[in-house]
Amino acid sequence: MLAAVGISSLDDLFETIPAEVRFDGRLDLPEPAAEADVWRELSGLAARNRPADELVSFLGGGIYDTFVPAVVDAVTSRSEFLTSYTPYQAERSQGVLQAIFEYQTAICELTGLDVSNASMYDGATALAEAAILAAAHGGRPGGRIVVSGGVHPEYVQVLATETHGLGPAPVVIADDGGGLTSAAALRAAVDAQTAAVVISQPSFFGGIEDLAAAARIAHDAGALLIVVADPLALGILASPGQEGADIAVGEGQSLGNYQNFGGPGFGFFAARKELTRRLPGRIVGETVDGEGRRGFVLTLQTREQHIRRERATSNICSNHALNALAALVYLSWLGKDGLPALALQLARSAAYLRERLLGVPGVEPYTRGPVFREFAVTLPVAAGDLVAALAQRGYLAGLDLGRFWPERGNTLLLAVSESRTRAEIDAFVEEVSAHLD
Amino acid sequence: MRTLTETPRRATKPGAPPPGIRTIYEKSRPGRRAYSLPQTGVPEVSLDELFPGVARRRRPARLPQIAEVDLVRHFTELSGRDYGVETGIYPLGSCTMKYNPKVNELVAALPGVRGLHPYEPEELVQGALELMDTLSRWLAEIAGLARTTLQPAAGAHGELTGLLLVRAYHEDRGAEPHIALIPDTAHGTNPASVVMAGYEPATMPSDARGGIDVAAVRRFVNEHAGDIACLMLTNPNTLGLFETDIVEVARIVHEAGGLLYYDGANSNAVLGRSRPGDMGFDIVHFNTHKTFSTPHGGGGPGAGPVVVRDILEPYLPVPVLKKTAAHQYTLDYDRPRSIGKVRSFYGNFGVLVRAYAYIRALGAEGLREVSDAAVLNATYVMAGVRDLFDVPYERPVMHEFVVSAEPLRAHGVRALDVAKRLLDYGVHPPTTYFPLIVKEALMIEPTETESRDDLDAFVAAVRAVVGEARSDPELLRTAPHTMPVGRLDEVAAARNPVLSQRFPDDEVAAARPT
Repeated sequence: MLAAVGISSLDDLFETIPAEVRFDGRLDLPEPAAEADVWRELSGLAARNRPADELVSFLGGGIYDTFVPAVVDAVTSRSEFLTSYTPYQAERSQGVLQAIFEYQTAICELTGLDVSNASMYDGATALAEAAILAAAHGGRPGGRIVVSGGVHPEYVQVLATETHGLGPAPVVIADDGGGLTSAAALRAAVDAQTAAVVISQPSFFGGIEDLAAAARIAHDAGALLIVVADPLALGILASPGQEGADIAVGEGQSLGNYQNFGGPGFGFFAARKELTRRLPGRIVGETVDGEGRRGFVLTLQTREQHIRRERATSNICSNHALNALAALVYLSWLGKDGLPALALQLARSAAYLRERLLGVPGVEPYTRGPVFREFAVTLPVAAGDLVAALAQRGYLAGLDLGRFWPERGNTLLLAVSESRTRAEIDAFVEEVSAHLD
Repeated sequence: MRTLTETPRRATKPGAPPPGIRTIYEKSRPGRRAYSLPQTGVPEVSLDELFPGVARRRRPARLPQIAEVDLVRHFTELSGRDYGVETGIYPLGSCTMKYNPKVNELVAALPGVRGLHPYEPEELVQGALELMDTLSRWLAEIAGLARTTLQPAAGAHGELTGLLLVRAYHEDRGAEPHIALIPDTAHGTNPASVVMAGYEPATMPSDARGGIDVAAVRRFVNEHAGDIACLMLTNPNTLGLFETDIVEVARIVHEAGGLLYYDGANSNAVLGRSRPGDMGFDIVHFNTHKTFSTPHGGGGPGAGPVVVRDILEPYLPVPVLKKTAAHQYTLDYDRPRSIGKVRSFYGNFGVLVRAYAYIRALGAEGLREVSDAAVLNATYVMAGVRDLFDVPYERPVMHEFVVSAEPLRAHGVRALDVAKRLLDYGVHPPTTYFPLIVKEALMIEPTETESRDDLDAFVAAVRAVVGEARSDPELLRTAPHTMPVGRLDEVAAARNPVLSQRFPDDEVAAARPT
């Protein structure tokens, strides 16, 4: 091959690189490894971790150990899905394109909104993009984003970081002391400079928010309402669209995706149709070929960076297609009846766990009112101590909220999966009780 | 090579439902199901008791009702209409569509990898933290820089992260520059990221050799003294040409107080051959799905780790990994000058594990061989097709090259037509119409993955298509002819967007008088 291109050594290929920036050394990396050695080394590293499903886990906070049925891996491991790229050549990518179209449909159905994009990196970045859209749409560039204290603290952090160069810092209003948004505090924080109100359903603390009230407050001030939603909760709860939201975003991990130490999952993004041409990211649409045959293409691309460059709605040029595919397969596996059935099972287990825990002397409720799959309680001891002690007993007892708020060091956030049995819950409560004694 | 036959025209009745494929929603039948739920023994409380006074859904989401076998068949059918790296050569310029080693999928599926919750106590995830720390150090070494954040989820996300680091750096010095210089060959993500970071992009022209115009950069920087935040550059650039004036460009920008950002999309050209840090760059992002073989997944997930010079370390996103003892790590959130967080949790860990496995398998020697073979392959394909097209810049190419299909316009054939016709030959076409400064651009990146046989077959396909362009241009203009669908009407799709399933009951509702 060297002769075919008229050179005598591989080094000749790099002569175009000026000598002063040519790297003539050897990178300080390990020696090449055989496949068996790679496998052994990585298995060894993995073995030094304790996967959540080897323990009895009550950890949530945005990532959940929802069961992933076998059909998901069977589909997502198909090489045409796994090893293809963004479907630039539509005629040779009809499978991926149709799957995204079907995914967009599922997200519209869950959120009760008109349009969905092809997915985003995660729930937090989807929220940041929603805020950017809201500021641009409302003609309030530099408009303020008012965020409920019931929104995931990491999402708020990402929102603040990613919009740092664009306008004022988001205003976070404290929750009402019971894990919910205070309507009065929200109303007081919203004014004519507000581009959007952000609320979470359920709240980070697991409580059920009054979305309709938040929508009224936002819309009265001419702002948009952005709802950060748990997609499984939407199997039971009124959809954001039904309650008046303009945009719904959220983390889709618990739809058929593994916990993956927090990523990759995917972010979903849906909006009212008036906002269609302002959506960030890829969007797939249905069309026909010259003979009237149905097909799918990437569409509305004039929003996007490869055409619009600095005037694009976002810099995003990819999505989390494989994770969105997993979600589509999962939602199809659950189906119209399975989604509400699963959601009900989660709500029952959460209610049962909460009732049992609140029976332990010294454990007080934090989250007020009904909860979906997650809730917070206040302990007579540091939550971190309980978590550490119960880890020794084979439990992931939950999330110590002192991690985000020092003043909440005694508050523990617990979540259930649909696989958690009554016996496991009872035994866990006994352990908690014994620890607090 | 397969025989090509024209697809017979099919009659379609006006108003008839679109023929052909059905969506999974159209395959749904009442009463069918795939799901099962575990028995928990938890009391079966009713919805009304669980959610008193709470607004509930008025109707269930119209998800499909389908049996498991039909679900699997549906997606098997869909996958049959797609093309991946495992189908054949995928020379999509700027995307580095290389083979994704199988062992990487196995390690990513280990329970101790994909089963980890991000909020587990640190003692239970030491293996994961060590893996992240090691990968961070490897990436820093490859970049020739000091510290890494693994948080960004994609290349464009890495760009935004890098620009926010630039911003933090200047703010910390009480400076408020607001211009980011970008060459006209840049990826579209660059200017879009600049705007998201609150900066203003200034486009720098290319010179006659296809590199950034140094004189123009110097002039612009002099005219905007004190206002230069940074320069973003891809090297080799999107023409596949090495920016030979990089040292001088770096000097100009640094002397003006600006920083240099390296878009690592084209890193596959220079692994172990040249390091961005040595070229003068301060910030680098890598696309693990390009350079380090993590699967593209139909458009993602990828990962866009960012590596920086030590002066930028204080601004990295939280948490930052800290080694506390041998094999002992902690996540440090106490970083007062940090930009904050750009993603929830710690990044696309499941993707990063695959990148780790790839780098571990290849080592320093293997990575260098990757770039050697990638550049050799591109050079070889270039030699095989250059006489067919205009070559905009007569210089040695690196891992990819750009030619112009402008000569074919005399036959009424455009770059797009060439791409569509290549589909009929069973190969994936190159990137088209990018970079923007080359008319009718075809951007070809074979990667190191392809053997000489596959490269020869690709060259033969391109030559055959160009031959057809001269003898039977209509064949190209109406291509593809062998795909499940013919050329799709993108204009109609954008003018009248149908972005989700139309359900029969929606149409009934829409027809009902209000």
